[in-house]
Amino acid sequence: METFIQQLINGLTVGSLYALVALGYTMVYGVMKLINFAHGDLVAFSAYVGLTIFTQFYGSNALTLVNIVIVFSLTSIVVAFMGVLLERLAYRPLRTAPRLSAVVSALGASLVIQNGIMLIWGPNMEIFPSDIFPSTTWNFGGVLISYTQFVILALSAFLMVSLYLFINKTKIGTAIRATAIDQDAAKLMGINVNRIVMIIFIVGSMLGAIGGLFIGVYYRGLTFDMGWMYGLNAFIAAIIGGIGSIPGAMLGGLLLGLFNAMISGYISTEWAETFTFILLIIILIVRPAGLLGHNVAEKV
Amino acid sequence: MVNNEVLLSIKDLEVGYGGIAAIKGISLKVLKGEIVTILGANGAGKTTTLQTISGLLKSSAGTIIFDKNDITKCEAHDIVSLGMSHSPEGRRVFGTLSVEENLMMGAYTLKNHDKETLEWIYDILPRLKEREKQIAGTLSGGEQQMLAIGRAIMSKPKLLILDEPSLGLAPILIKAIFKAIKEISLSGVTVLLVEQNAKAALKLADRAYVLEVGKITHEGTAEELLNSTTIQEAYLGKKH
Repeated sequence: METFIQQLINGLTVGSLYALVALGYTMVYGVMKLINFAHGDLVAFSAYVGLTIFTQFYGSNALTLVNIVIVFSLTSIVVAFMGVLLERLAYRPLRTAPRLSAVVSALGASLVIQNGIMLIWGPNMEIFPSDIFPSTTWNFGGVLISYTQFVILALSAFLMVSLYLFINKTKIGTAIRATAIDQDAAKLMGINVNRIVMIIFIVGSMLGAIGGLFIGVYYRGLTFDMGWMYGLNAFIAAIIGGIGSIPGAMLGGLLLGLFNAMISGYISTEWAETFTFILLIIILIVRPAGLLGHNVAEKV
Repeated sequence: MVNNEVLLSIKDLEVGYGGIAAIKGISLKVLKGEIVTILGANGAGKTTTLQTISGLLKSSAGTIIFDKNDITKCEAHDIVSLGMSHSPEGRRVFGTLSVEENLMMGAYTLKNHDKETLEWIYDILPRLKEREKQIAGTLSGGEQQMLAIGRAIMSKPKLLILDEPSLGLAPILIKAIFKAIKEISLSGVTVLLVEQNAKAALKLADRAYVLEVGKITHEGTAEELLNSTTIQEAYLGKKH
């Protein structure tokens, strides 16, 4: 039972990371019907930017809450700016082009960002400092929760609830949903679709940036090509939940994290990846549109 | 309440799809307060004309002046803020949004959607009030058309463009829709209407244009066209 609860906590932590990153994939897909393959690399980029800001600004000084908030905010802003730039340079010129062109452009952008990271920070592994959050660990009858895990869980939950409210309860959020359903009809409402796309990239990149920082804080080792690995897992989470669906990405991320943790806990860590794909295949067979995705009938 | 002020004026408009001309130089005018209808068979270019006016398509030649602004090169979303609203063919309501949210999107360009317009829409289209919280995709075809019209007038437009509002609807619903259009017009909104149902459209309209393969072949007051033998044979199904 203890193992189960421990793996539940670990799974939810990792799942929150997946969910934060998966939201970026699913929001862009929802509005543009495009898989933003460069999103994972933006996440990696954010981990590096965060690390640089941490070390440049604070060195070995004790990190206060205010400093951490500043680092997180600065990183999010830098990465959001990169996300907007990515859309302008790689996707907007191809808005009306066949979909395959945009996919190729996305893969190209991914390589550019990845190699950009390598040029700036080098090909060797960088290590995130371990003392960003206090090393406190709580023990609940044998189940351990670290301060870092607590922060990840709490902040992720807060961000996801905020996003949910933003999308469902505000005028801009409703406009985002409307644009995802029918771009031309949205234009006829006076909605500036380019602006909606920009907002999507800002929000998605910011969530990805927080995810990237958490990946740095939690796993600590950064490599220039890490975007592929975390991006792929998050992408699978988005597919499982139903790509294009925002609650789907949250659910998919948490489920995949839990599933991975349970496989790691009860079978073996080495098998976690394999089982991820087995889960993906099963879900695609049973529910091709994902758990919360809509089966869209072809218009005749 | 028709006066002689021109609200919409189109001159020598040409539109093409990848080299094929769909609209071959048409000119038309809509005066303030009028109901003007464009008649024509499938493929005549009616929807293309409307989509070009509202900015979804770009013209290759000609000018479009709306309320003294040259909107030929304007983006669709900017044209909405100038006071034009287009209810597209096939209704195109936002299927997974509620009726209320759809109406809210209609008022997107306004700072606050005002309660009065909403009440007025619920007044002329009472079905929408009953379905306020329902998801738009679950409405019947007629209700979706009412929603599409209601959504289009939420922005309090000067010009309302309607593309085939009666398409695929039962006669009793068509009657209700046309009654609503009449009421919208009486409230001072100018209406540009495209219809397959030529007879109903001519009964409602002040003036009409007939579009045939990208060109205007007839124009006149609705009465003139209703009584014209060529129009009767081609569009009203009467033989002489």
